Amino acid sequence: MEPLPLRELAVQIIYLASSVFFILGLGGLSKPEKARAGMAQAAFGMLLAIVGTLLHADIVRYDWIMAGLFIGTAIGVVIGRPLFISVPMTAMPQWVALSHAAGAVAATLVGVNEFVLLGSSLGPGTMAALGFEVVLGALTVTGSVMAFGKLQEILPGRPVTWPLQNLLNMVLLAGAFGLLIALMVNPELTWAFWAMTAIAALLGILMVLPIGGADMPVVVSLLNAYAGLSASAMGFALGNNLLIIVGALDGASGFLLAVLMCKAMNRSFANVLFGAFGAPAPAALKSADGQEMRALTPEDAAIRLAYAAQVIVVPGYGLAVAQAQHALRELTDLMEKRGVEVKYAIHPVAGRMPGHMNVLLAEANVPYDKLYDMDEINAEFERTDVALVIGANDVVNPAARSDPGSPIFGMPILDVDRAKSVVVLKRGKGAGFAGIENELFFHPKTSMLFGDAKASLSRLVTELKAL
Amino acid sequence: MTLTTVIQFYVFVLAAFVGYQVITKVPPLLHTPLMSAANAITGISLVGSLVAAGSDHGTASNVLGLIAVICATVNVVGGFLITDRMLKMFKRDERKPN
Repeated sequence: MEPLPLRELAVQIIYLASSVFFILGLGGLSKPEKARAGMAQAAFGMLLAIVGTLLHADIVRYDWIMAGLFIGTAIGVVIGRPLFISVPMTAMPQWVALSHAAGAVAATLVGVNEFVLLGSSLGPGTMAALGFEVVLGALTVTGSVMAFGKLQEILPGRPVTWPLQNLLNMVLLAGAFGLLIALMVNPELTWAFWAMTAIAALLGILMVLPIGGADMPVVVSLLNAYAGLSASAMGFALGNNLLIIVGALDGASGFLLAVLMCKAMNRSFANVLFGAFGAPAPAALKSADGQEMRALTPEDAAIRLAYAAQVIVVPGYGLAVAQAQHALRELTDLMEKRGVEVKYAIHPVAGRMPGHMNVLLAEANVPYDKLYDMDEINAEFERTDVALVIGANDVVNPAARSDPGSPIFGMPILDVDRAKSVVVLKRGKGAGFAGIENELFFHPKTSMLFGDAKASLSRLVTELKAL
Repeated sequence: MTLTTVIQFYVFVLAAFVGYQVITKVPPLLHTPLMSAANAITGISLVGSLVAAGSDHGTASNVLGLIAVICATVNVVGGFLITDRMLKMFKRDERKPN
């Protein structure tokens, strides 16, 4: 083999260093105290990627590049920065989705550009890579914009369904692949390229439209994976290993998170993507007829919390919807001052993206060493005097363990019912998100404090101060 | 299939394995920042965009490249800013030394 020209060798060495920094950076996220340093490494990796690329032999002019980098940074910093600083943490998922869309637009355009330039001279291998890049890219763009619209409530958040939906999607997907194969055989079929891109964009819309709000974490994770794979495909098409590596890292991350979320919901991948999800579940076999919930007064609840040895707080998305994280933090501070051991139990699906509840609580200054994930905390409930459930329902429903007829049977739950007593803050007497009655609420050791979560927590704070 | 393509597949599969190994070590506590970080580095498509914007294949190609560079840069800058904002919030309990 011929030795590489010096300039190309320099590019490759810089790319290799860049890949290492990206991997180190993601590795930093294994510990909260190392995470920010890790992100600095990843950012440095990105800087190396840019520097290496600028040395690339194909680049002959820098005016367009500098304009692009300048405008992009300006948009990111001038418009993005104030936005990212002010946007509430509850809105994080949609902004991440929108950012996905931006990256995917870039991948798609690069693919389109490559096809327009080289078109008929493309070999089948490069054409396949280019096809995957553009299909995954276009699908991510429209899918992410749809996800943004749904999460931002510009579009209806409920699942939109229509007959033969899955069949239609399958036909479209098959059509896109058919066109790609045709292009690999005959790269001069320009119309086929545009048709394929348009179908991919349409698929992005059709695939996200029927997915309900609670399943969004899976979708946003998947879109992340698609964006990564699109970058990898770009790497195959351009012969760029850095793109392949970083795209693969992203793909792995996206798929892994999507799988973890599916497991936490006890649903298969296919069920989330193709099932009639988020739609009202069939009524549970066990109905709550004839059972009564026991309400308690804020005074009594405050006394129980103040004199407990250990309290585990179980926050659900209802807490975040009521914007009550800060009130909760105030309450637990007061409890800790009285010597109560307070821990937080976080179910993986609490929130609108993986790990969302942790960020929401961290924002309210809850120290992260008090946040425990499901596997860490479940054994603790037996030793706990009061489990304080706020705005959570299905994730604490014992039917998931005991009632094979329940739609959520088999879903991993927080074993709140094993605590010595349970206090539930709940808006009203209705059933949970999945429309399932929760026998926990009717259990003799459970007491209900009805009302808006924020108002109830503020009331508890007042009561606790008065004790 | 050329040897280069085969090597590219090696790189892809091995990188995916590294990614899997690294990401399984990320605790659920940091899954949201992980996602946001993964989003930031998806901006790696910037690499391809830069080549398109800086090559000499006519203005149309440069303009497409320019738009791609802008979008990818917004993705990178925005992604790292969001991630950093989130990570800054994660604090230990100062009252307990351990």
